[in-house]
Amino acid sequence: MSDKDPSLRRNAPHLALHVPEPAFRPGDTPDFSKLQIPAAGSASRPDTSAAAAETHPLATQLVRVLGEDRQAVGPWDPKLGPETLRRMLRDMVTVRIFDDRMYRSQRQGKTSFYMKCTGEEAIAIPAQMALDREDMHFPTYRQQGLLIARGYPLVEMMNQIYSNKGDKLKGRQLPIMYSDKKFGFFSISGNLGTQFPQAVGWAMGAAIKGDSRIAIGWIGDGATAEGDFHSALTFAAVYNVPVVLAVVNNQWAISSFSGIAGGERATFAQRAVGYGIASLRVDGNDALAVYAAVKWASERARANNGPTLIEFFTYRAEGHSTSDDPSGYRPTNEAKAWPLGDPIERLKAHLIELGEWDEERHAAMTAECDTEVRAAQKESEKVGILPQQGKDDIGSMFEDVYAEVPWHIAEQRDAALAEDGE
Amino acid sequence: MPTMNMIQALNDAHKVMMRDDGDIVVFGEDIGYFGGVFRVTEGLQKEFGKTRVFDAPISEGGIVATAVGMAAYGVKPVIEIQFADYIYPGYDQIVSEVAKMRYRTAGEWTMPMVIRTPYGGGIFGGQTHSQSPESLFTHIAGLKVVIPSTPYDAKGLLISAIEDPDPVIFFEPKRIYNGPFDGHHDRPVKPWSKHSASEVPEGHYNVPLGKASVVREGAELTVLAYGTMVHVALAAVEEQGLDAEVIDLRTLVPLDIDAIEQSVEKTGRCLVVMEAPRTSGFASELVTLVQERCFYHLEAPVERVTGWDTPYPHAYEWAYFPGPKRMKNALEKVMAD
Repeated sequence: MSDKDPSLRRNAPHLALHVPEPAFRPGDTPDFSKLQIPAAGSASRPDTSAAAAETHPLATQLVRVLGEDRQAVGPWDPKLGPETLRRMLRDMVTVRIFDDRMYRSQRQGKTSFYMKCTGEEAIAIPAQMALDREDMHFPTYRQQGLLIARGYPLVEMMNQIYSNKGDKLKGRQLPIMYSDKKFGFFSISGNLGTQFPQAVGWAMGAAIKGDSRIAIGWIGDGATAEGDFHSALTFAAVYNVPVVLAVVNNQWAISSFSGIAGGERATFAQRAVGYGIASLRVDGNDALAVYAAVKWASERARANNGPTLIEFFTYRAEGHSTSDDPSGYRPTNEAKAWPLGDPIERLKAHLIELGEWDEERHAAMTAECDTEVRAAQKESEKVGILPQQGKDDIGSMFEDVYAEVPWHIAEQRDAALAEDGE
Repeated sequence: MPTMNMIQALNDAHKVMMRDDGDIVVFGEDIGYFGGVFRVTEGLQKEFGKTRVFDAPISEGGIVATAVGMAAYGVKPVIEIQFADYIYPGYDQIVSEVAKMRYRTAGEWTMPMVIRTPYGGGIFGGQTHSQSPESLFTHIAGLKVVIPSTPYDAKGLLISAIEDPDPVIFFEPKRIYNGPFDGHHDRPVKPWSKHSASEVPEGHYNVPLGKASVVREGAELTVLAYGTMVHVALAAVEEQGLDAEVIDLRTLVPLDIDAIEQSVEKTGRCLVVMEAPRTSGFASELVTLVQERCFYHLEAPVERVTGWDTPYPHAYEWAYFPGPKRMKNALEKVMAD
């Protein structure tokens, strides 16, 4: 378009495109002092049967239980016993160690890919603990904590990561795309957002059948921009579906900050307002607040009081995956500056404050978890690591496309086997 | 035996299956109280209740996605996409999720569901109510693609599709819902009641998936067709006075390759017919298969009759639709050498 274009010669301001930019880029000093962080205990707690609109003020607040003073305060305090808190802490520590070991494995060439959830351990684990064992998760890729909180064998997870002969997915899926029906953990998809309306569909099935189990769908801040996010909210609202819809807002979608997903204009929890769905915004680094929020939403769903959208506000402390280096797009010390802190440290400090934990016991427990993870790793690596895979049983890659192998795939299998024999 | 048009036959298939299997759930746009824009689901909500038959939001992505969740839960979705032209918002869920679930979970989660959708031209539906997108689905491993051409087959194939352990995309040629249109748009439409395949048995019966039907036997040429084009092809070979064998494929994936090979080996000539646009269409796959497998039996190059590589143009319906003239030209060409 040139200056001679008549549309540009009108006496009107030039239209401008706003392309959101994160507050800090590499080289900047991250400063979160302007971030509004409501005090722990300040958010009100409506009854689980309250009208959705009563929850909507919470969409711009932050449900927090663990305060600066390490105490649990306010109406959202789930008042969990020390034994439960210690189990929560242990699972969170296990996830972090697991992540570190698998990250290292990838760097050692033992597998192709890995994704850590560092800094987000207080989301999946307390969430699972607040749910029933039979409830159904439709996870995205950073919810390994759900499996660990359900006592899933670590070696099974590693077998999948290594695509080895113990991998129940037969080496067909990218590492960490777990699936386990018995553990109520739906197959993870690499096409982001697809699982969110699927969770709604599962819960619709449960409602059609008069079941008592509910579903929980998981999605990241970035993928809320997908149409699937919005169809999930539409269907959940239309049919008053017994589902919990969890948005993990870790503020980064690979290199795109949450503003690229629309986070500058409204919170992700506020997305629920227009749909008439109950909405909570929760400190995702506060294990007790996460537990309490999921408990609230699950009770609401179970009593046919409808779906809840929960935004867990957190920070992705490390790269998107082993294929990502965040120093290319954000300050390297940003995670340390993040004011909501390390979720493991916060829960640990609370337990110590309660007189139910100490550094010595923490060190001993950490060592135990480490031993457990290493033992699982050893066992899994004995079964095999990725570079050794994909040579035997090539015929298996032609199975499970359909219930029965049709003629054209059978012909292709024979061709592949012949090619392999050459 | 009752006489039914294709809509009634499809409706009956739903009723037969839903009476027998309480897990079947039917939903889609306008399919509940109203009974669907083409009336295929008429009376289902009344008989089976609102929790098994209900209207869905105008969200094809959401319809398919919630069907995925329901199938994972263990109910059996039989969903309607109002027009095949509307299926694209659901395409990601179909391609990335429905089709691949059995494979990516090594059989732990399967997606037994039927996605029904009216397709094809001939009703002055313009470019958003006339498309034939079946080729886009035949390209996706994990899907079965079924297209009936008569009331008898429609009921038997839909029953088989509902009973199938794999996801089935069930394309319904809407031009022949009410009668076997032969391509002569300027002539009165024959109703199904004059056609023997409108005799539809009561109750349950199967027309198996993956089995083609020889709808006309012949010795000098094989015509491969499906959907509306079966009837267009039958009329064309009659008009040309050809001793042609016409095969209604009925299922595109998995394809009945044996029926095709046997016929082409016998006749030595082959014409492939579809309504869809020409480039990279399923007809191209058929031509390739015939060439690969029957080359030494062929006496002439395999020809294809297709729609044009343009969007479906409203006022030019009959210039676009592969009707009698295009059929005649292709038949002459394939018989020339």
